[in-house]
Amino acid sequence: MTSTTLVLRGVGVSPGRRAGVVARMPDPLPAPSTEPLPPGTDLAAAADRIGAAASVVHDALLAAASTARGEGAAVLAVTAEMAADPTLVDEARRRVVEQASTPQRAVWDAAAVVVDQLLALGGLFAERARDVDDVRDRVVATLTGAPMPGVPDPGEPFVLVARDLAPADTARLDPDLVLALVTEGGGPTSHTAILARALGIPAVVAVAGAGTLRDGDTVLVDGALGSVTPDPDEDAVARAGRTVRRAARLGAPGATADGMPVALLANVADPAGAAAAAAAGAEGVGLLRTEFRFLGRTVAPGVDEQVDAYRQVLAAFPGRKVVVRTLDAGADKPLPFVTAPDEPNPALGVRGLRTAWDHPQVLDDQLAAIARAAAVEDADVWVMAPMVATAEEARDFVERCAAHGLAQAGVMVEVPSAALRARDLLVHARFASIGTNDLTQYAMAADRELARLARLSTSWQPAVLDLVAATCAGGALRGRPVGVCGEAAADPALAPVLVGLGVSSLSMTPRALPDVAAVLATVTADRCRELADAALAADGAEAARDTVRAMLPVLEDLGL
Amino acid sequence: MQRSVVVAIQDGLHARPAALFVAEAARQPAPVTIAKNGSGPASTRSILSVITLGIGAGDEVVLETPADDDSALASLDALEDFLHRVAVE
Repeated sequence: MTSTTLVLRGVGVSPGRRAGVVARMPDPLPAPSTEPLPPGTDLAAAADRIGAAASVVHDALLAAASTARGEGAAVLAVTAEMAADPTLVDEARRRVVEQASTPQRAVWDAAAVVVDQLLALGGLFAERARDVDDVRDRVVATLTGAPMPGVPDPGEPFVLVARDLAPADTARLDPDLVLALVTEGGGPTSHTAILARALGIPAVVAVAGAGTLRDGDTVLVDGALGSVTPDPDEDAVARAGRTVRRAARLGAPGATADGMPVALLANVADPAGAAAAAAAGAEGVGLLRTEFRFLGRTVAPGVDEQVDAYRQVLAAFPGRKVVVRTLDAGADKPLPFVTAPDEPNPALGVRGLRTAWDHPQVLDDQLAAIARAAAVEDADVWVMAPMVATAEEARDFVERCAAHGLAQAGVMVEVPSAALRARDLLVHARFASIGTNDLTQYAMAADRELARLARLSTSWQPAVLDLVAATCAGGALRGRPVGVCGEAAADPALAPVLVGLGVSSLSMTPRALPDVAAVLATVTADRCRELADAALAADGAEAARDTVRAMLPVLEDLGL
Repeated sequence: MQRSVVVAIQDGLHARPAALFVAEAARQPAPVTIAKNGSGPASTRSILSVITLGIGAGDEVVLETPADDDSALASLDALEDFLHRVAVE
């Protein structure tokens, strides 16, 4: 690259090179002034402006919902109804009429009342608080003529630059319009990063200088190297344009160049995801998250309902492996019937398998449902527990599974203690599946959502790779397979390293399957071990990654 | 006029199902409230009120309208039918 402009550095979280024009996500609106309306203002007329603005926002969101897909459509439909909600509008009107608040300040304060109520309810209700904030900002922007918050729509494909993205924003990204994603905040395992990979949008997060980019700037984004180049030269833009459109489907089972099989599986969260994973050619499901039947409930779903839900997933993979993870509640997924609302540090609290200590019936019902679904479908059903820390927990879980006739019972390795003592856990557990996101979070003591810690929150950290190696050593000692089902498996440069460390299956977002398969097909099992040794020999995450990437020129050819 | 209904909607009245329910309620000629064992009654036309009732599948709710004519009957019928659907997408 011959460009003389300063290249911005961040953390590449979704590979691919794209050049395009910047459209910035507007910064959050400041709180409107508390200065009341001047005496003599027609308060009734001022109050009427609120209803009018709310219905403008309602109509715009409904129109957007009708063209959006999946999760995005659901989020938009909810926010649209919130904009029309009489509770919010009436409270805001009252503040104008009785307190002479400006309409924008009245909306701001009325929304705060609702947000406080939702936050007090906790759990899923608290998540809706973000939607209320979003509606508030849109109504306030309509009233004041400020730029409309949310993902911009310049009318042509663009590079989205944002301070940070809320889950509701990311749910609305259209992969046909967003060429690449650049954020100042976020980390490699943040929800933004996970979604970008799922959509196949190149993304760089934690870019310190992203604030200097302006609407209309042309940039080249490299989601593998983590670089953002303003005013790229024509050669670089042409190279980015030439990058082969990557395959969207896995054509053949995963294997190294010399034919060692590496099962390439999909992470799936609901029946629709299972169908999509099967369509993408996944060899099976390496992680079925079962929270979809539990989230948004005040009591656990019944056994019959669960059987029905699991059967829908299993039916998509006849004769294939489906690894079902039992309920992983707690931390960022609180559920009122198993988790406590008042833990000072939920990531280190009663979460995952630990919730079964006080609520064993929820786990027993789930295992009964999985066993019944497995009995009537043709999939090869494996079961694993999240957040296992000790051999004793592994033994208890395997015994419980056996009581329900589920023989293939294993553990997730997310806690460093489980990795270090895998040889003990795998006496009982039939297999281990490493959840690299949480394993990294716990090994590095770094909250995965904190952008300031992005450099720590990567599975390229040699300490994390040591833990993967320890888990694989335990698996080899006991003759048990070890897989990876965290985001690390979807990194086409890291995947061969994991295989070299002894991992025999990789489970990831379906979008990443063809990229990982393409890279694996170019390296032998021996070369994978050399890559693993090189990564372990590095003294830092960046050194490990740079060394491995330099040894894998195929990444450049594939535009990864 | 009031009526008890056992909710069949698999996901309960959350997120999108709640949005669709509120939109359905807004189309009805009569105003209808919804209550769940002691919580509420809340307006069926307010998504925030409906969501905060925390209604899940299998819950029994009470739909009520102050009207007492054909429009009341039609409104209750429409909302009862909605809650009896298993999937609302």
